[in-house]
Amino acid sequence: MQDALKHKVAYAGPASVSVEPASAATPPAAPSPPRAHPGAREETRETRAGGRPPGIGAARTGLNAVTAWFQAKAYGLVVGTIGLALGLGLWQVLSVNKVNAFINFSNVPRPGLVFEAFVKQAFNPVFYVHIEVSVLRIAAGFLTAAVIGIALGTLMGRSKFGAALFAPYIEIMRPIPAVAWIPLAILMWPTDEASIAFITFLGALFPIVINTMQGVEQTPAVLVRAAKSLGASPLQIFWNVILPAALPSIVTGLAVGMGVSWFSLLAGEIISGQYGIGYFTWNAYSLVDYPDIIVGMLVTGALGTLSTALVRLAAHPFLKWQRRAR
Amino acid sequence: MEHVVSLTDRLASIGGRRSSAGRGHIRVDGVAITFGSGRKAHHAVMETSLDIKPGEFVCILGPSGCGKSTLLSSIAGYVRPSSGEVIVDNVPVRGPGPERGMVFQQYSLFPWKTIRENIVFGPKVAGRPKAELEAIGATFLEMVGLAKFAQSYPAELSGGMQQRVGIARALANSPSVLLMDEPFGALDAQTRLMMQESLLEIWSAFGITVVFVTHDVDEAIFLADRIVIMSASPGSVIADLKVTLPRPRSQDMATTDAFMELKRACHERIRAESLKAFAQQSQ
Ligand SMILES: Nc1ncnc2c1ncn2[C@@H]1O[C@H](COP(=O)(O)OP(=O)(O)O)[C@@H](O)[C@H]1O
Ligand SMILES: [Mg+2]
Repeated sequence: MQDALKHKVAYAGPASVSVEPASAATPPAAPSPPRAHPGAREETRETRAGGRPPGIGAARTGLNAVTAWFQAKAYGLVVGTIGLALGLGLWQVLSVNKVNAFINFSNVPRPGLVFEAFVKQAFNPVFYVHIEVSVLRIAAGFLTAAVIGIALGTLMGRSKFGAALFAPYIEIMRPIPAVAWIPLAILMWPTDEASIAFITFLGALFPIVINTMQGVEQTPAVLVRAAKSLGASPLQIFWNVILPAALPSIVTGLAVGMGVSWFSLLAGEIISGQYGIGYFTWNAYSLVDYPDIIVGMLVTGALGTLSTALVRLAAHPFLKWQRRAR
Repeated sequence: MEHVVSLTDRLASIGGRRSSAGRGHIRVDGVAITFGSGRKAHHAVMETSLDIKPGEFVCILGPSGCGKSTLLSSIAGYVRPSSGEVIVDNVPVRGPGPERGMVFQQYSLFPWKTIRENIVFGPKVAGRPKAELEAIGATFLEMVGLAKFAQSYPAELSGGMQQRVGIARALANSPSVLLMDEPFGALDAQTRLMMQESLLEIWSAFGITVVFVTHDVDEAIFLADRIVIMSASPGSVIADLKVTLPRPRSQDMATTDAFMELKRACHERIRAESLKAFAQQSQ
């Protein structure tokens, strides 16, 4: 019985393989087909997709999948660690020897100094205020962008009129970098706080709108037809068909948007405020405190990565069906 | 076929679900369908009239591209006829509706819903109470022999199993008409034969009207009370044959004289049409 293998379902995402015991209750008409063994290709896909743990389905494959997963994980971990160590080593060599060959390393602090500065900041309460302020700004800007972006993207994906109406705005405003918005944002919004949140919002908005629109557009027409024939109303079709179909794409848009909102935030914090991790970094530059600049940069990177992971984690339960696909 | 043998009993257990008797009268009244307009106008279906009786199993047979899906879509309500109209149980079709269940060729289950959630989708959006959804889910899962896959997702099932779920999902909504567009077209030969047999058992238990589109002559003869043959594009009805083979049908009948005779009759008409279609395509 090979038909299952031939007809791969179009929505199959990063696969974790599940095996149904092909036993007693299987009806005679189509006995459960032999399932593919987790092969090397599946593992790579799983890793590339962010190395999420396999779904419930894979738990049933037993030890094989678990071992395979750890192997795949360990591979990434080992190679990643070696790569990082090499990079650090290179940084150390270049900065200690104050190499100045076109690119100038003489003012770049060596890794040890940066680490010291980091430890110092880790015990400084003000540093946490910087982080907290930035995180709150991101939350405000990003959440607003998520709500408006998903609504706008859905409208544009479903209605020709909506797409035609908003496309020029999206196309023209999308390439404008966050820094370019700063003067106007300051003029338009009553407080610095609001203008920073606005810039953060703009950064996140475009990736969310565009990915949502694409996801909505790609909703298979046959599923909408099926839902209509089963008596679903337009609103029920939206919640049960269009939104879930677009969700993988929406999540990608949210994750990308989260990253963009961080570097927009930094741009905003450079010009105004007395707190925020961007302000901290810029201030360190004004004070010629080079190790702190790098601390600010690395902490920003870590926060960006963490918040992006958080977005994906939040979407995780809703994409279970994708991971269970063979 | 243990899982369909006692189907009638099981259906009786969710009383009232067999009341489709007497419903499901389809009238296709001078329907013609044209896509586009002006110089780009494409005539998909020429004026066609059909009268399908309640409980009848009708196969629409024709070469690919002749407009079978388009005609079926007009009954389903996805496509508005350019002229004429479709009337189901005295109500003109204005759009898709739950009284006309639809089964597609493939990939039409909601991939993010479990098998059970797929099956009870119709009753659920109709606002049926939870207890009723439970009963419907259990009954129809058992009907198609997939009870142990209730919590699986469609992608975890084989093509044949997915198609059984598609049929269960349509029937769980208690429609008076079941419209099927080459539902077994993507299945391997063995699975396809099994599916045909279970479909007939389900059909006789429900007494529902079925309009089944196919390009496979054997499939049409095995299933149908009546075969409507369509001409090559633009499609129109060129033959309307009664299938007098006794029921219940079995695959052995494929070697009987009566079956062969029908097959010859169908092939004769289709061959002429296929040649015409081929000539059109190579122009
Ligand atoms: N939405 C549409 N717009 C334009 N042409 C269409 C559309 N749907 C079908 N057609 C055309 O109508 C003809 C009949 O198609 P279809 O009904 O799918 O044939 P069949 O199901 O018999 O293979 C084909 O030539 C097809 O290209
Ligand atoms: Mg077709």
